[in-house]
Amino acid sequence: MSPPLLGVEGQDQCNVSLMSSSASVDTVSQNGLGLKERNYLGLSDCSSVDSSGVSSVSEENKNNLNLKATELRLGLPGSQSPERDPDFSPLSSVKLDEKQLFPLVPSKDGICLLSPKNVVSGNKRGFADTVDGFSESKSTIFTEGNWMFNGAGSDTGSKLAGNMLSQRSSGTQSIIKTDVPGKASQECDTKINGSNTNSAPAAKAQVVGWPPIRSFRKNTLASTSKNNDEVDGKPGPGALFVKVSMDGAPYLRKVDLKTYSSYQELSSALEKMFSCFIIGQCGSQGAPSRETLSESKLKDLIHGSEYVLTYEDKDGDWMLVGDVPWEMFIASCKRLKIMKGSDAIGLAPRGVEKSKVRT
Amino acid sequence: MDPDPKKSKVLTSNLPNSNGSSHPHSPFPDEVLEKVLSLIDSHKDRNSVSLVCKDWYNAERWTRSNLFIGNCYSVSPEIVARRFTKIKSVTLKGKPRFSDFNMLPRDWGANVHSWMVTFAKAYPFLEELRLKRMRVSDQSMELLAKSFPHFRALSLSSCDGFTDDGLKAITTHCGNLTELDIQDSVTADIGGGWLSCFPENFSSLEILNFSSLSSEVSFEALERLVSRCRSLRVLKVNDIITLDQLQRLLVHAPLLTELGTGSFLQELTPRQYEDIESAFGNCKNLRVLSGLWDATSFYIPVLYGACSGLTFLNMSDTVLQSGELAKLLAHCPNLRRLWVTDSVGDKGLEAVGSSCPLLEELRVFPADPYDLDHRHGVTELGFLAVSRGCRKLRYVLYFCRRMTNAAVVTIVQNCPDFTHFRLCIMNPRQPDYLTNEPMDEAFGAVAKTCTKLQRLSVSGLLTDTTFEYIGKYAKNLETLSVAFAGSSDRGMQCVLEGCPKLRKLEIRDCPFGNAALLSGLKKYEMMRSLWMSACNLTMKGCRLLAREMPRLNVEVIKDEGSDEIQADKVYVYRSVAGPRQDAPPIVLTL
Repeated sequence: MSPPLLGVEGQDQCNVSLMSSSASVDTVSQNGLGLKERNYLGLSDCSSVDSSGVSSVSEENKNNLNLKATELRLGLPGSQSPERDPDFSPLSSVKLDEKQLFPLVPSKDGICLLSPKNVVSGNKRGFADTVDGFSESKSTIFTEGNWMFNGAGSDTGSKLAGNMLSQRSSGTQSIIKTDVPGKASQECDTKINGSNTNSAPAAKAQVVGWPPIRSFRKNTLASTSKNNDEVDGKPGPGALFVKVSMDGAPYLRKVDLKTYSSYQELSSALEKMFSCFIIGQCGSQGAPSRETLSESKLKDLIHGSEYVLTYEDKDGDWMLVGDVPWEMFIASCKRLKIMKGSDAIGLAPRGVEKSKVRT
Repeated sequence: MDPDPKKSKVLTSNLPNSNGSSHPHSPFPDEVLEKVLSLIDSHKDRNSVSLVCKDWYNAERWTRSNLFIGNCYSVSPEIVARRFTKIKSVTLKGKPRFSDFNMLPRDWGANVHSWMVTFAKAYPFLEELRLKRMRVSDQSMELLAKSFPHFRALSLSSCDGFTDDGLKAITTHCGNLTELDIQDSVTADIGGGWLSCFPENFSSLEILNFSSLSSEVSFEALERLVSRCRSLRVLKVNDIITLDQLQRLLVHAPLLTELGTGSFLQELTPRQYEDIESAFGNCKNLRVLSGLWDATSFYIPVLYGACSGLTFLNMSDTVLQSGELAKLLAHCPNLRRLWVTDSVGDKGLEAVGSSCPLLEELRVFPADPYDLDHRHGVTELGFLAVSRGCRKLRYVLYFCRRMTNAAVVTIVQNCPDFTHFRLCIMNPRQPDYLTNEPMDEAFGAVAKTCTKLQRLSVSGLLTDTTFEYIGKYAKNLETLSVAFAGSSDRGMQCVLEGCPKLRKLEIRDCPFGNAALLSGLKKYEMMRSLWMSACNLTMKGCRLLAREMPRLNVEVIKDEGSDEIQADKVYVYRSVAGPRQDAPPIVLTL
């Protein structure tokens, strides 16, 4: 009796697992589709990119990662979930409360600005709750257009807690970065996901200006603390620290390119540091076997996205990231810069040409 | 002073050319008075002197050369220029402290330009300008560079608004510059061209600090500058400068007393390692060390040779583990001030307690302030360990995720001389970790035991009892910072009624309302400023305050989307200049 049952069970299990994996694939593509339709961060234009079956999934994955990470992080201070899933937000579809999802509306300057209305209602709730005793997660962090993302801040008194991206528009509240080291954002991701799966309110919320540390403190502490987990503290053979700057951001971050093995990883890490940033849709194309994008595709992408990632190579030229195979990239990259898409238009043809020359 | 008229007549007649204005009843002729007063430096003393009588007021104002203005909006440039005629040094502070934590709109104000224009006309002999939390545009810097031929020292702390162009004007035109000190700058990514604009024959620099700028300066220009400025004693570079570049700078300037290193992360050859080690070893005069970005345990030992005379070690930009800190501290027997991140843990603080008997100041910053995981950082145990070993502690800034009343009571018993006690339990409203009670007794002990307490920051779960204690015992308290604390208006009232020397009160997210605000009506004119945000204040209460106290400026910033009634952010300060004209639309002056 048992063997057949086992067999059946086994099979069932097999089936079940197959189903779940296919379900997840379905969810991926569904989510990808769903998210694409949102015109999130101006990404709808990327649908103009011709995608083969494989590349579209990977692209959507990356999109999903980008969008998911951005969307979730910004939307919901979540509850503390018991497990941490550092690199991968669960792709289960997320039901987000309308009020809590902050639509990223490109501002005049091309920098994503949180809609203040949603933000402040959160703040008000936040205060009422603080009076009662901080029961729920409130997005008080988003007051005045604050948003969390990693990096940039060290407060010597500390240079922590966010700096203002230079917005020269007077009336609007500028985006204020709060210094959130990599780990914290991961936790935030999982917290947010946790909040979606639990119905219980979150334990705590990030609050504007709290803890009271200055914006610019500890610019690179998050990345350094990870590296210091190694034994002797010597920079590993070939640790490749490059500076990353972002247009409009006051502070630089540093990343060790050796800790990433693909454009995708670099992209998500940088995205955690500098929110609202797009790698120009090129990340997934960086695998050695992939051909470089055609010029027209590159242009489409750049027009469609707010920010692109560029790098300065050993010749001093600024190139679009994603043109060349990863190994070649890290060998030649001296520093990174997150530029506005409009500024990077001039780069694209040169980048493609240069790589054409090389290949 | 002998009121005998005969004596004073003798005095008067003995002076050959009194400046014409000897008052017959004054015991001193003006010349003597002015001579005496010119020796007084303390601002407080000078302010007292100016209140004695008209003569003294005048003598004081003609002899004051250092101007200190704690709130740039409390007075206007014109009033200042009329009163004081011989100013050589100005210190000016602008935005409220909470602007450091992004709680103010970017264009809030505190622009130095109107001051600069007035100074250019009134004080052509100006030599020093020290600004804190002010907006300094390139235009202002250019005006500065061109208006004061004797200008020597520029210090900018937490300032913003300038770019490479403004700094270029300074370095190009200020031929007598001895000090260029830029701390905690919040400017955008600015270029490094300014450093190359020091003329080739310029050699007067004594203090250079650009550690908080991201400028990509030319190392060659920096090296040349350092080698020709033989009086350079303070050099703080930014993390563009690498370790081997630093070594070359140190070779040119072994007599530095204060050094801020650049990046400490670099793969060095053994030869380079030796070189930097011996360069540090030659720095016999080093008292202050900071920077050390990305320093790891492998490279920190190069510092050891320079540490024997160190009195201030700022490791707050480095993620140090407890063992590394312990080893380093073993080389620093003379440490008075130490700044670290909480990555050193309680164990690292134990090492502090055992290695630094002379320690007077400790600041522990959170390496990961938003780490909600609570696995890292320091606790009450670390603080206790420090207090047991460092009995001379006066100043502490401590970020932690857990604290107990008992620990704080013990800590202040060990160290009763605290003048600055800033404890930040990072989770708002967190009770005593062991007893689950409010942290009232902790801060009560601080107020009671530390009779010299001037500055206090409270945190954790606190009821009105804390403020009763503060009002009752903290008689020397000048600055109080409160967040997420208190149970009713009574808390704030206790402080306003009880602390006679209170000058700055900053409150956020507390249940204090109009009654509390209005209870301090008479007090605010004796204070520099009051900040209240996310409390229970309404526009009505603020308007009432403004109406009752016309010499106070009451400014309200409403959060977008908040209703008509709430006053979200309120900033109250005394002013003889009336309401300010440069407030952005979002700031309502009542």
